[in-house]
Amino acid sequence: MSSSEVKVLGAWASPFVMRARISLNIKSVDYEFLQENLGSKSELLLKSNPVHKKIPVLIHGDKAISESLVIVQYIDEVWTSSESILPSDPYDRAIARFWAAYLDEKWFPSMSKIARARGEEEKKAAIKLVQEGLVLLEDAYTKCSKGKMFFGGEKIGFLDIALGCFLGWLRVTEKAHKVKLIDEAYSPGLVKWAENFCADAAVKDVMPETDKLYEFSKVLMAKMRAPQKPA
Amino acid sequence: MANEVVLLDAWVSMFGMRARIALAEKCVKYEYVEEDLRNKSPRLLQANPINKKIPVLIHNGKPICESLIIVQYIDEVWTDKPSLLPSDAYQRAQARFWADFIDKKIYDAGRKIWTTKGEEQEAAKKDLIDNLKVLESELGDKPYFGGESFGFLDVALVTYSSWFEAYETVGNFSIEAECPKLIAWVKRCLERESVAKALPESKKVVDFVMGLKQRMGI
Repeated sequence: MSSSEVKVLGAWASPFVMRARISLNIKSVDYEFLQENLGSKSELLLKSNPVHKKIPVLIHGDKAISESLVIVQYIDEVWTSSESILPSDPYDRAIARFWAAYLDEKWFPSMSKIARARGEEEKKAAIKLVQEGLVLLEDAYTKCSKGKMFFGGEKIGFLDIALGCFLGWLRVTEKAHKVKLIDEAYSPGLVKWAENFCADAAVKDVMPETDKLYEFSKVLMAKMRAPQKPA
Repeated sequence: MANEVVLLDAWVSMFGMRARIALAEKCVKYEYVEEDLRNKSPRLLQANPINKKIPVLIHNGKPICESLIIVQYIDEVWTDKPSLLPSDAYQRAQARFWADFIDKKIYDAGRKIWTTKGEEQEAAKKDLIDNLKVLESELGDKPYFGGESFGFLDVALVTYSSWFEAYETVGNFSIEAECPKLIAWVKRCLERESVAKALPESKKVVDFVMGLKQRMGI
């Protein structure tokens, strides 16, 4: 299959886009990475995800698939000759899906609150929420990994991808606010897991460098804090 | 080992209804437990400590939470009956995408209709109708969202229909007038025993919402 048959519409800094790229890497699928420009949406994006107009979008031949976790499952179900991404047991699958939903609905929004916090009190509260979430995730890691390296066992799987994609931004948050989020004190398992995840062959080329992401985050913050133009 | 299936649920929950439909479609015998959401049982809090919400499916002692995850689990375990999810990977992706759309857009709009007034309520009504129209157009001329067969996406959306009359009564509008094809689809789904038995009468939901509004002082 030529690489032009599979495209990912995305952006290097987006953790959600990274999920799609890691998954394609696990399956050794070549793809064309089409980057969107910050602040504008391409015709292709608007056409292939008219409902949400968001990245990532996976384009496979004439089909467009949106929503990062839907994309990861699609990739897993189409390219079946390689390593599985979802666990094989239905119960383990349900657990992996549950935690992935928790990440997107609760945990990642709580991390975004740190950057948007106004004043020390709000920031402290936001950080505490993220740390509490990480305690839950450490417990999930212990249960899912069953002594192995990853949530998925010997190899990275669905939940590793769902959480691991946020490591870049997590490190940026730690740097910007001088705080430790993934900490030896209450999440020693995750500390090691994070190192191993980032070193994985499917991950290392798509995980952005913390410094580059940090600089980018300053650009984003400036945009966010810019005074609104009068209507 | 005996197959022990328990569903922690609440009769009025459109999320709980999804699990009920899926279990019925697969002819699974289970124990239904009605939770009092104002006084959650220790069993519920233990089974779902993270979100503390229903529905929770407990299969041989192991809890599964989140309605769409529960439906997929049921589909993957009880394979002797027809699949709820499509067999084609792309169709499956589409079903999952639209189920996610439903929970992101329909729930909030619906909730705002019965919890707000004036401009906010008007905006919520418009939002609900706009998003139902998007779904209606996705249905097209197919008998079900799944095509010829009733499936995952039908299960995901049809349960909201039990709340339509409540939204219409509070908001003083008609969903059928705006989305006739969707209501025709609802009626088609209600012909299935699994759906008819899982969904409460709309009138009961209306009374429930009115009671809730009174208690909440809104």
